[in-house]
Amino acid sequence: MALTFFRGIKTCPLVHYPSAYFARKNGFFYCTMGSTQTQFATQEKQQSGDSKVVPKTYRKSPDKLLKDYEAIIGIETHVQLNTSTKAFCGCPYSYGAQPNTSICPVCMGLPGALPVLNSKVVEYAVKLGLALNCKLSMDSKFDRKQYFYPDLPKGYQISQFDVPIASGGYVDVDLPVEFGGGHRKFGITRVHMEEDAGKLLHTGTGNYSQVDLNRAGVPLLEIVSEPDMRTGIEAAEYAAELQRLVRYLGVSNGNMQEGSLRCDVNISIRPIGQQEFGTKVEIKNLNSFSSVSRAIDFEISRQVQLHSQGQADQIVQETRLWEEGAQKTITMRKKEGLSDYRYFPEPDLPGVTLTEEYLDGIRSSLPELPEIKRRRYENMGLSMQDVLFLANDINVAEFFDATIASAADIKLAANWIMGDIAAYMKNEKLSISEIKLTPLELGELIASIKGGTISGKIGKEILFELMAKGGTVQGLIKEKDLVQIVDRSEIEKMVDKVLAGNPEQLKQYRGGKTKLQGYFAGQVMKSSKGKANPKLLNQILLEKLNTET
Amino acid sequence: MLSSIQNPRLLRLSTLHQIPLRCLQTSTTPVPTPSSPQPTSQILRIRKSLLSRETTAVEIAKTFLSRLRRTEPQLKSFLYVSPEDAVLKQAEEIDRRIQNNEELGPLAGVLAGVKDNICTSDMPSTAGSKILENYTPPYDATAVKKLRENGAIIVGKTNLDEFGMGSTTEASGYQVTANPWDLSRVPGGSSGGSAAAVSAQQCAVSLGTDTGGSVRQPASFCGVVGLKPTYGRVSRYGLVAYASSLDVIGCLGSSVADTGIVLQAVSGHDKFDATSSKQGIPNFASQFIPKDYLDSKPLKGLRVGVIRETLVDGVDPDVISSLQRSVSHLEDLGCTISEVSFPSFSLGLPAYYILASSESSSNLARYDGVRFGNQVFADELSTLYGDSRAEGFGSEVKLRILMGTYALSAGYYDAYYKRAQQVRTLVQKSFRAALEENDVLISPAAPSVAYKIGEKKNDPLAMYAGDIMTVNVNLAGLPALVLPCGFVEEGSSVLPVGLQMIGAAFDEESLLKIGHIFEQTLQGYSFVPPLVGDDF
Repeated sequence: MALTFFRGIKTCPLVHYPSAYFARKNGFFYCTMGSTQTQFATQEKQQSGDSKVVPKTYRKSPDKLLKDYEAIIGIETHVQLNTSTKAFCGCPYSYGAQPNTSICPVCMGLPGALPVLNSKVVEYAVKLGLALNCKLSMDSKFDRKQYFYPDLPKGYQISQFDVPIASGGYVDVDLPVEFGGGHRKFGITRVHMEEDAGKLLHTGTGNYSQVDLNRAGVPLLEIVSEPDMRTGIEAAEYAAELQRLVRYLGVSNGNMQEGSLRCDVNISIRPIGQQEFGTKVEIKNLNSFSSVSRAIDFEISRQVQLHSQGQADQIVQETRLWEEGAQKTITMRKKEGLSDYRYFPEPDLPGVTLTEEYLDGIRSSLPELPEIKRRRYENMGLSMQDVLFLANDINVAEFFDATIASAADIKLAANWIMGDIAAYMKNEKLSISEIKLTPLELGELIASIKGGTISGKIGKEILFELMAKGGTVQGLIKEKDLVQIVDRSEIEKMVDKVLAGNPEQLKQYRGGKTKLQGYFAGQVMKSSKGKANPKLLNQILLEKLNTET
Repeated sequence: MLSSIQNPRLLRLSTLHQIPLRCLQTSTTPVPTPSSPQPTSQILRIRKSLLSRETTAVEIAKTFLSRLRRTEPQLKSFLYVSPEDAVLKQAEEIDRRIQNNEELGPLAGVLAGVKDNICTSDMPSTAGSKILENYTPPYDATAVKKLRENGAIIVGKTNLDEFGMGSTTEASGYQVTANPWDLSRVPGGSSGGSAAAVSAQQCAVSLGTDTGGSVRQPASFCGVVGLKPTYGRVSRYGLVAYASSLDVIGCLGSSVADTGIVLQAVSGHDKFDATSSKQGIPNFASQFIPKDYLDSKPLKGLRVGVIRETLVDGVDPDVISSLQRSVSHLEDLGCTISEVSFPSFSLGLPAYYILASSESSSNLARYDGVRFGNQVFADELSTLYGDSRAEGFGSEVKLRILMGTYALSAGYYDAYYKRAQQVRTLVQKSFRAALEENDVLISPAAPSVAYKIGEKKNDPLAMYAGDIMTVNVNLAGLPALVLPCGFVEEGSSVLPVGLQMIGAAFDEESLLKIGHIFEQTLQGYSFVPPLVGDDF
């Protein structure tokens, strides 16, 4: 089923909130822009540069050119909530269901049908609002946003206009180490509740389109950021942090491919030092964090090129689409002034009133949030690389927390999870909750190795068994007779046997070829079936090798 | 100029005969003669005759249906009449239950008309609009569901001004309903079909809707009782929205008791309507004390406020004198009368038309030809929208959509919608203050009696001005009862006048009590139109 999602008229509350862009003075950060897309920039520059009289800056290399400008980036994110029913009716929603199988008079907008608010939507909005450090409106309301489109059954979208449920927050982000790292704080303008629209299905022949209303009425939270981001990486990390948050909170699956998390980016550039903003361009069709990052870097290059060539007037207010195949943005539609959505208060729904008790209840139910987790891990002495890995996925973080709760060594636990366990999950395409290993057993495994009951090598073998089949460390050790041999006399016997069985090599060793120690060690280990304590083994071996009898 | 006494059609006085309230429980009291001068409850009459086995539900249904068939060609109150066998089948079921001594709902065997903007799953529901021609909803409105659960038989769907936008039924996409008192006159609107049908006894009771007076003004024009409940008392689920913050489902009947019993049946919180109230529902029937049990001053101490602004220039002097006689009657019943002034009264009308039009422009956006209703074939989307709506909507609806769209547009919102909301708050405050001083407020239901068909059709402003008495009540969300209080002679016709009583929020009980006593003690009038004849 070839599905093209194309909504001709789309949310753009920033348009209604020009003040949002001016609320903050200069952004917090000045970053060197990424130059991953300079190739494209170069190409475009060459194409357009031939026939124009170009200013001096043309001679500058693209990298240098970019350094003279800063980009102002804001993101509008739509998060689809995973409530069991839609926002205003009792229909369930499941992605990919047969068209129009999950609809009722309410979400079809039939005459006489009325919306009734699903209280879970408020709960989730409050959760996210709190997690984004927002101020919550104790009295908010719904409004109707009016426009005609076939995927919008009522001719208006139930949304929130002038009194969003949450506003004025921020989100903390740690940039990936491989991109230079660093901590950022990005402002959140507002979070509001609204309903999703349906989807249009375009037929192969192109003669007509069909409407699937399964998605109509599914609850969304729209999160509008302050224009605080300066690079593609910052924007992508902002989006990734939102995804982490909604997953931590359990309010959405945050899946970008399915459209559960959709990002529209607003971007403008200006020469560094200039106070006023450049013309803002919106980018849509960003289906992954990397496309967010790459689309922005492309767009920055495009705009900087135009600006530096004296063609700033060609940067127009428009919506551009990111084309994944061509790796560039193309014009989707030019804005013809501001759309008038004729917002007015939704008369079918009473206002949303929150109480302090309600907020306290939700506040106390919040999980430890990613930022707090990261700071805690950092304070435990873990490297930023480890911190980011472990805190990225709440299930991994919980696994790690549960492992160290059983007094396991922190660094060892992190290493096991990030190393062999992560590799196994990746190979088997399993999540951490799907593998059979429990945090308790991982703790046991680490303790068994540390305590010398088993060797690290055997530990690894057991680990795979535990992940694939489950069971306990103790049980496996017993079952397979894997207890490390730490009895000195037993190892001595084995060493003696090996030395006696290899007189030639012993002679060579004692003749100066001390490298052979490894060979002997291997032989002894082999005869112990890997169970001999390596440290002890080497100690005894050395003693015996170097003591002529 | 009260001349009704001379009109022989109105003089059908015989021995006063009241149905005691107890007849809900017992069936021993004899059936009253039908020509009682005081309005009698059709519902109680039907119930009594069924329980006493004097007649059957099938017989009652047949009587109504034959009268409906006889009068409908002249009146045109119905857009759809249920097939006779469907009606009789439901009546037979009731008779079977009576035979088996099974429990009967309070509305068992009562034939009810339902305004066509209220959804019925077994009948088309067009809201009087061509854009919904032949549209049958997949569900029953909550009020309809409750009527059926209470035993009522839905006899058909009554005519209205398209989507409730009008005061005459002339704006119906299908037909104009005539006033049973004078076929050349309008029955009022928008619930003109519902009022005319009850007046002509085509059905015993009916549901209407009231956004700015659409139950009360036609009740006044047709000489029936119309009850507009408090906003939120009755679920709006299944009511085709005109102006959501003002729309209310109301009841029409030939007596106050009938509207109260119907209200009892359809009231209550509905999980499908977030604006429906969880307020408790009193037993309205306890207010219907038979006349014989009333003392000489049954309304002693009751404070009645007469709204000064409703008795001014522009209001028909005959209507004013009818109201003044009603005031005297209330005084005789023991009420204390005072005058109340509403400085914001005249602001209500423009505020109402801005708010109602604004909401309607939004509510009617769903009629786009995509999912249901009228669709005009087109090559591109904007033409599909434009042509479907241009063809489907009538001119009054288009006018209001345009007004509403304008009022909500960027740059005009503050000047129109926002200011109208401020007026609304002002009106609410004025009412609250006046209802602290008074138990009820009274006014005429309309500035005139029924006017000629076509008289105001081309003068929308004159027609809108006719809503002056009623719109403020909707802005405040209050309950109001309209009941016939007298007659005005217009040429050869004698036309009923309606008295409006406005109560505090959720105090329909007081309105029903006062209305019932007023009605049962009003001497010398019978509000049965000539059209009905002697078979009533």
